[in-house]
Amino acid sequence: MILVFCETRDGRIRKPSLEALSEARRLADESGKVLGALLVGASCAGAEEAAQYGADAILKIEAPSLAAYSSDGYAQAVADAVQAKGATVLLAAATSLGRDVAPRVAARLGAGYASDVTALAMADGRLQVSRPVYAGKAVATTSFETAIQVATTRPNVFVATPCAKAGAVEALPAPAGGFLAVVKEILAKGTGHVDIAEADVIVAGGRGMKDGANFKVLEELAEALGGVVGASRAAVDAGWGLPHSMQIGQTGKVVSPTLYIACGISGAIQHVAGMSGSKVIVAINKDPEAPIFKLATYGIVGDLFEVVPELTKAAKAMGLGK
Amino acid sequence: MKILVALKQVPDTETKIKVAADGKSLDGSDVKWIVSPYDEYALEEALRLRESAGAEVTAVSVGGDKAKDVLRNALALGVDTAVLVRSEQTGDPLAIARILAAFAEGKGFDLVFLGNKGFGGDNASVGPMLAELMGVAQANVVTRLEVAGGRFVAEREGDTDSEVLEGSLPAVITAQRGLNEPRYANLKGIMAAKKKTIEEVEAAPVALAVTTVSLDLPASRPEGRKLEGDAAAQAAALLGLLRDEAKVI
Repeated sequence: MILVFCETRDGRIRKPSLEALSEARRLADESGKVLGALLVGASCAGAEEAAQYGADAILKIEAPSLAAYSSDGYAQAVADAVQAKGATVLLAAATSLGRDVAPRVAARLGAGYASDVTALAMADGRLQVSRPVYAGKAVATTSFETAIQVATTRPNVFVATPCAKAGAVEALPAPAGGFLAVVKEILAKGTGHVDIAEADVIVAGGRGMKDGANFKVLEELAEALGGVVGASRAAVDAGWGLPHSMQIGQTGKVVSPTLYIACGISGAIQHVAGMSGSKVIVAINKDPEAPIFKLATYGIVGDLFEVVPELTKAAKAMGLGK
Repeated sequence: MKILVALKQVPDTETKIKVAADGKSLDGSDVKWIVSPYDEYALEEALRLRESAGAEVTAVSVGGDKAKDVLRNALALGVDTAVLVRSEQTGDPLAIARILAAFAEGKGFDLVFLGNKGFGGDNASVGPMLAELMGVAQANVVTRLEVAGGRFVAEREGDTDSEVLEGSLPAVITAQRGLNEPRYANLKGIMAAKKKTIEEVEAAPVALAVTTVSLDLPASRPEGRKLEGDAAAQAAALLGLLRDEAKVI
């Protein structure tokens, strides 16, 4: 069995988890394996959605002790499920939670682990993956030496494709509790409910924005395109009051949106590491020599404070972002 | 309190990556080596805890002779003990976690600090793996930490918000930018460190769980196009291309 650990939010399976499910469905078909979706929590409401994305089986581990996230508690639950079902491949999305729990599960199972993978294949019955290393400056292809293989998939790289399967629901036993560390409180700060790693369109600002208040023009464009706003490290470090959760780059988030619009961003290696996987890159910068233009699909040499409002106006006129 | 800080030596973040002749490893010939940036926050937090609560701090690095540089720097910053765990093992986080767990075994560390991610492999996984192998709590990607009475409270960065978690010691903490502002070694520290000894031990033998089959440079992006005209014309041209050529809006 190939097992995909799925996260839910507001009673729906999160998009990065659906992407992992879809990719796992492809692997399952390729290797003749069964695909299981695994959900863990006090309530797994919304789990049934996994059947629409290719899950042959839906495994739920529900218990009051799992209401608040615990790294060790969830790792125990997931590892138990892998062993109970005899799964040989475990995938999770490389979200904050996925990256926290998956390596712990791998260690618990003595399984090889690869993080943030961008391509998966089955070779001789085992997983083989490709993943960016050195902050995206190289790509490593990794094979596994262990009977169980664990990997997390980078959000926005794989496509969530509906594919209806039986999705037979089964409840699995939950760990007893008494966990070593437990989340007590969620602090709303930063980008609120929008995770820039999941966004299809990102409008990002750099040092050329000159001030945090000027990000308003980016927000207007993002809204007109149905996207979200991000920032370079230079902008976040400038003391303009931008939260670190907006930061894209080697020391921030790694994003792969369909469309990335870099405004007043020079294209330092630190920033490029976080966005070079974007499908289409637009650069708007006054400096025609800015390195960002080497990456850009479309470049505009000009004053972002003139160009961006024009883009917003034109995008609204086209009725985009609806 | 006993604290362990695990440091990784990595290529400078500005390094141009070249693939070695074997096609699966880094050509280290022109590489400047540094301590992984997140590890600096880990080390700083350990030193601050020693100053505020009293602790004995051990720095450890898994690697060869050149990894002594990061340990020498840790000594200059004030750690009590620096240990090189000799191993050529690299690229497999579980192997490194097992080596570190074997080193920590029986030494009674209350806290283990690491960077949340080692630049290079970028797996961000040794911390959680080590916590599991040691059978202790983990707090991963931490931006704030309080330790008192055998327990800890940590704030960790989530996808869209922050989580406050509480747990019992011992614990493995992985540091994120924002946790603190790392200090630099002063001349006195650097001179003193030269006289100190870096202990050396052989790494526990471990089997590889993953193997790098190949290392490749990413495909370069095709040459882009610059759009001409005034702001309004550039905006109109761009939206047209995004819709009709790139088909992304």
